[in-house]
Amino acid sequence: MTKKLTIAAALLAATVMGGAANAKTFVYCSEGSPEGFDPGMYTAGTTFDAAAHTVYNRLLEFKPGTTETEPGLAESWEISDDGLEYTFKLRQGVKFQTTEFFTPSRDLNADDVVFSFDRQLNTNNPWNQYVAGASWEYANGMGFPTLIKSVEKVDDSTVKVTLNQPEAPFLANLAMPFMSIVSKEYADKLEAEGKKEQMNQMPVGTGPFAFVAYQQDAVIRYKANPDYWGGKQKIDDLVFAITTDAAVRYQKLKAGECHLMPFPNAADVEAMKADPNLKVMEQEGLNIAYLAYNTTQAPFDKVEVRKALNMAINKKAIVDAVFQGAATEAKNPIPPTMWSYNDAIQDDAYDPDAAKKMLEDAGVKDLSMKVWAMPVSRPYMLNARRAAELIQSDFAKIGVKVEVVSYEWAEYLDRSKAKDRDGAVILGWTGDNGDPDNFLHTLLGCDAVGGNNRAQWCNEEFNDLVVKAKATTDQAERTKLYEQAQEVFKREAPWATLDHSLSVVPMRKEVEGFHQSPLGDFAFEGVDLVE
Amino acid sequence: MLRFFLGRLAVLIPTFLGVSIIAFSFIRLLPGDPVALLSGERVMSPERHAEIMHQLGFDRPLPIQYLDYIGGVLTGDFGTSIVTKRPILDQFFSLFPATLELSFCAIVIAVVIGIPAGIFAAMKRGSFFDQSVMGVALVGYSMPIFWWGLLLIILFAGILQWTPVSGRISLMYFFPPVTGFMLIDSLLSGQSGAFKSAVSHLILPSIVLSTIPLAVIARQTRSAMLEVLGEDYVRTARAKGLSTFRVIGIHSLRNAMIPVITTIGLQVGVLMAGAILTETIFSWPGIGKWMVDSVFRRDYAVIQGGLLLIAGIIMVVNLVVDLLYGLINPRIRY
Repeated sequence: MTKKLTIAAALLAATVMGGAANAKTFVYCSEGSPEGFDPGMYTAGTTFDAAAHTVYNRLLEFKPGTTETEPGLAESWEISDDGLEYTFKLRQGVKFQTTEFFTPSRDLNADDVVFSFDRQLNTNNPWNQYVAGASWEYANGMGFPTLIKSVEKVDDSTVKVTLNQPEAPFLANLAMPFMSIVSKEYADKLEAEGKKEQMNQMPVGTGPFAFVAYQQDAVIRYKANPDYWGGKQKIDDLVFAITTDAAVRYQKLKAGECHLMPFPNAADVEAMKADPNLKVMEQEGLNIAYLAYNTTQAPFDKVEVRKALNMAINKKAIVDAVFQGAATEAKNPIPPTMWSYNDAIQDDAYDPDAAKKMLEDAGVKDLSMKVWAMPVSRPYMLNARRAAELIQSDFAKIGVKVEVVSYEWAEYLDRSKAKDRDGAVILGWTGDNGDPDNFLHTLLGCDAVGGNNRAQWCNEEFNDLVVKAKATTDQAERTKLYEQAQEVFKREAPWATLDHSLSVVPMRKEVEGFHQSPLGDFAFEGVDLVE
Repeated sequence: MLRFFLGRLAVLIPTFLGVSIIAFSFIRLLPGDPVALLSGERVMSPERHAEIMHQLGFDRPLPIQYLDYIGGVLTGDFGTSIVTKRPILDQFFSLFPATLELSFCAIVIAVVIGIPAGIFAAMKRGSFFDQSVMGVALVGYSMPIFWWGLLLIILFAGILQWTPVSGRISLMYFFPPVTGFMLIDSLLSGQSGAFKSAVSHLILPSIVLSTIPLAVIARQTRSAMLEVLGEDYVRTARAKGLSTFRVIGIHSLRNAMIPVITTIGLQVGVLMAGAILTETIFSWPGIGKWMVDSVFRRDYAVIQGGLLLIAGIIMVVNLVVDLLYGLINPRIRY
């Protein structure tokens, strides 16, 4: 039996690579080059897939395929009653990877964890600026420098983190890629050799795959980490073949040059489903696309006007035209897969006649407005220009003239933040950590006005709810608060909620054990190739 | 000759400075700055934005930034990528061999096919062959590269499965780069089949990249030959009873080659531009793809450094072409 299996595995490997390799190699046609291999410094999913989910672990991890957290390098933790002190017990016997460029002399301990925090938070840490322009954007974006008061080593296997104020999403934040735990011993070695920048080029972590080599813009190679605390992987080698064009990725997948690809063209999905050599996984993405009115500018400061416009938008037409059906219409500002999603809420029904009347009742005549269309394709909105044109024709039916405008992407993001901005902006969001706070507070809270809050909407009732929820640790209690917040949101209509897109992952049919992540990660721990 | 050479070198220096000013200022005229892009949809606070701009030195007056930059360039320091945090020169030299290998193969294809096609078309002027060659050349010249590349991939890699889809070599071969040229490295690696794999990966992108230069060279060769074939000395050569081979190959071709060589030299710029699209579609890790990514990320150091280096290469190639004239046409003396 064993022999048979071995032969099968060898044959499989040979067919996959078209060669004599005996190892089981899994090839992922990734969509772009990683910016570097130190996840703390970056914000792009492409970089996290290549660095964080392969080489590294975090104190907590997201359970594969969910947004729930589970113990990672921290085996257990205790939270003080005031919600300010988190004491983490580290897993014992966790080994850092042995590679050609580093051989660890000790297991993971509290020094590594303290170092991983400190280098991001403490500007005096010699590793804070170890390469020019290291900016730790995620740690800053999540407010860690002001949130975290101290990170202390209690003993070799215990770390205590003290916060300045209670923060319910804190544990989920620790499971995010930017909080990957790096090796202090490796850092010390590089520092002694004067090769600090290597930390960002040749990573060493505790994760399922050890880094082997990166040929810029072409191929990243990893091998299974034989010492992995979560058990040895079923595949021997993991390869990222960087292929930026989606049509080319599809051709490579069909030709068997790779086993799995991200972000297919919407138009190719039907053919992929029909191909007997492929299978396609689909899941509702943790995202939202919206049209944000500027609620500080007349006439959009009136709820009735915003409601009337919302009722005039045919969302189904947008979902069909832009996503070819691979999305669902959105009624709430958080996606349905997220806990606390309030399904009891009724969406404003598509009704141009009622919308027109409502607008007239509000005393608005001959309204002309701008609709901003993003210049780039994002998972939550593949073609904003097309969506804007559909909205334009929808609004024309109720007598509202729309001018569609667009700017270069960085300019778009910048200008759309302005408090006196003219017009409604199409934009969206993909969740970072599965916590509703990451949508409701981040995008609609009062302190995000002039920033992420593109509606410039500061509603006291809503804001109190989400701020209270953020400081509450009991999830049932938080759920109630967020459900109420969604009711306020629907009543006040600062946005037209457009869609939640499906994330579609095509792969060869021999791929087993891949978990599609609602967070949009591509992580290959536990994958296998089975004929 | 030496005087000519030195004269040309003297012109290169202001040209190079001019290019550096254009590269430096144009990218900064584009709206959007690299720091804002670091955080994407996640908004960065204005204080944080200012802090990072300061760290990177982007808050200083532009002339100071420029002087600082050009001072670095003169000492061989082209700066560091804001995204990958790696030195520009390192990245350039690790990626450039891929572009050079691809461009070299493309120009070889273009010359080997383009020149004979142009000659025969000129010899059979007005024939069906002539019209077909010129028709195909016009189509080739007008072909959108991205579409053409995808079409070849779908046909030859997808349906017929004669070639691999993309990349430089099969993933089963793994050896550290020595020269950066895959054809050479694959031979040096001693792994059996590696060279064949590298060649098979080069075929489609070379064809795609050679399409436009091939069309241009064929058309240029044809018109230069037509001109020369009408000259008195060609008629005399024919009247003397020389063989067609001598008339065409020796008397005509050598004179017709002068404008053709100029054209080939000018194709270097076309190749660099074509490489951007070809490399993107074939996942070819060269400088074209690198530059495009950097424009989207507003990675100033990469764009200006890359442009300067490419411009430098084009200038040197043009200088070499000028020097070649003397070898081909004894009448040209510097």
